[in-house]
Parts: sequence; structure tokens; C-alpha cells
Amino acid sequence: MAIVSRGFHGRRQPSEHRLPPGQYEVRDFPVLSAGPTPRISRDTWEFTIVTETGARHSWSWPQLMALPAEEPLVDLHCVTKWSKFATPWRGVSMDTLLGDVETEADYALVHSYGGYTTNLPVADLLDGQAWIAYGYDGEDLAPEHGGPARLLVPHLYLWKSAKWVRGIQLLLQDEPGFWESAGYHDYGDPWREQRYQGD
Amino acid sequence: MTKPSQHAQDAHDTRPPPRPAPGPFPDELDVPYLDGEYEDGNALAGPLSEIFAVDLTAAEGRCTGCGTTGPIARLHVYGPAPGLVARCPDCGQVVLRLVRGGDAAWLDVRGMVSLRIRIEG
Repeated sequence: MAIVSRGFHGRRQPSEHRLPPGQYEVRDFPVLSAGPTPRISRDTWEFTIVTETGARHSWSWPQLMALPAEEPLVDLHCVTKWSKFATPWRGVSMDTLLGDVETEADYALVHSYGGYTTNLPVADLLDGQAWIAYGYDGEDLAPEHGGPARLLVPHLYLWKSAKWVRGIQLLLQDEPGFWESAGYHDYGDPWREQRYQGD
Repeated sequence: MTKPSQHAQDAHDTRPPPRPAPGPFPDELDVPYLDGEYEDGNALAGPLSEIFAVDLTAAEGRCTGCGTTGPIARLHVYGPAPGLVARCPDCGQVVLRLVRGGDAAWLDVRGMVSLRIRIEG
């Protein structure tokens, strides 16, 4: 065992991680909420993608569990300026879920149980950038963090990673979601510090 | 439309039944909720005073979801980050949202039919 004086290390700082502009690191996992926490039973849970033609592709909880799972280890960046490094998730890639969906849509509006919505380009859901996550740190995803399942899109500010996800509406035109229609940026890239409209 | 706190309705419960959400997922609002942490509408007094000259917490609004009329102070307020979200205490609909960022404030009151503001004559 190496003998290391903690005093020379100071605050533990994983060197492989970088902070976007204006962010600071946290070690806990803050919970922000725009309303009460929905309590969704896995027995009735359903995830549905609705295309621009109205075609619906739905997955029950057992059907989601039957799909190949991935375990992304990602950094999170919240628009309220905290960042959390190396968060361990388990979920299904959106590439898998969108794989058989025929669409010409460029935009997505994500819907959550409880009424929350958020929008992003379809391109940001593809190529290994997004998951429907149902596990965190080896456990079932807790309701306060979006369980039973949430969208995980870690390259955008965390408000885009909709908790309690219910479905995704594919659209030919962009439609702002809950925070995007109340002053927050339409895209929300933390590396370009796109917090508010006009940033 | 659903109520944000406890949803087990009994025979004396006069709350309106949940209304289907607009859009492709009409069941997304028809869910039970865990108790959430919120403040009453007096929490809006400071942030709104940055915008309006009068204290709006006593002003009476009408919820577009269930028709309930009451003062801003009765709303259930979640936040403050990413923004303040004020919900109807009876049906849970979002009545008011206030985001303060940079050099601007965004105020959305689409959940309210009107606001009656008492003014000294």
C-alpha cells in the first residue's frame, strides 16, 4: 500500500474530467424539482415513441428490460452550475429504441409522467449520446432522480435529461419544452454555456 | 389534472377528477405523487417585487385547469432553481413560472385566467 500524505493532494480532483465554463464540482447528487415526484409503478409504466405520422412504438417495463443494456459512465452538468463527474448508469441506448422507427423528423419533444417536457434535436439522441436509464450506481433508479426511468443526455445541461420519462414525440418543427418556453436556452450546450435564451 | 400532494381520494374529496393531458400522452398527468417539498406563494413576494411595484401575493387569480380562485399566496411553489414553479393547490396545474437569469426575467402566467389586483382608490 502506498503511503501518501493526503495533505499534498488536497481536494480529490479526477484529472480526466473537465469543468465546462461557470460550473463547479459537487460530490453529492442534488435534486431539483418543478413539482411533486410522480410515483410510477413498473406494472403500468410504458415508454412510447410517436412519429410525425402518428405511428406509435411502445415498450412495457419487461420489454425494456429485455433489450440490450449499457452502462455509461458520464459527467453531468446542471444549468444551476453544479457538475458531477463519473456517474454510473444502466440503461438502453436510444439508438436501440429508435433503430426500427421510420421518421423524417429532426426534432424531439420528450414527455414525462407529471407533465414535464423538454426538446432537443433527434441527432442528439443518436450515436451513443442518449439512453433511457433505469439504474444508477448499481441500484434501481430512485424516484427523486427520475425512476423508474429517465432520459439521459449527458452532453447537454441536465434539464434535458427528463426524469420520469413517458415518451418522445418526433416532430418536423422544433417545439420548446417546459423550461425552454420560460427563458432557458433551446439547445443547452454546457461547453458553450447556453443557459438562457440569447446565450 | 392531478393534485400534487396525496391523491387517494375519499368520499368527501371534492377535488376535480384528473383531466387528460393534451398531446400524444393523455395519461401522463394521471399518476399518483409522492409528497413534495414546496413553499406557499409568499415565497414569490421577493422575486415578483423585482418586476412589479405592488405586492402580488394578495392578488387573486383563477386557475385555468380547475377554475379555483385564490390569492397568489395560496399557490404551492417549487424551486427556486432552475426557476420558480407555482402550482394550483387544488389541481396541481402549473399556474406561474418565473425564471431569473442574466439580465432578464421570464414570467409565464398561462395557467391563470386573470389576476385581480386591489389598488388603493
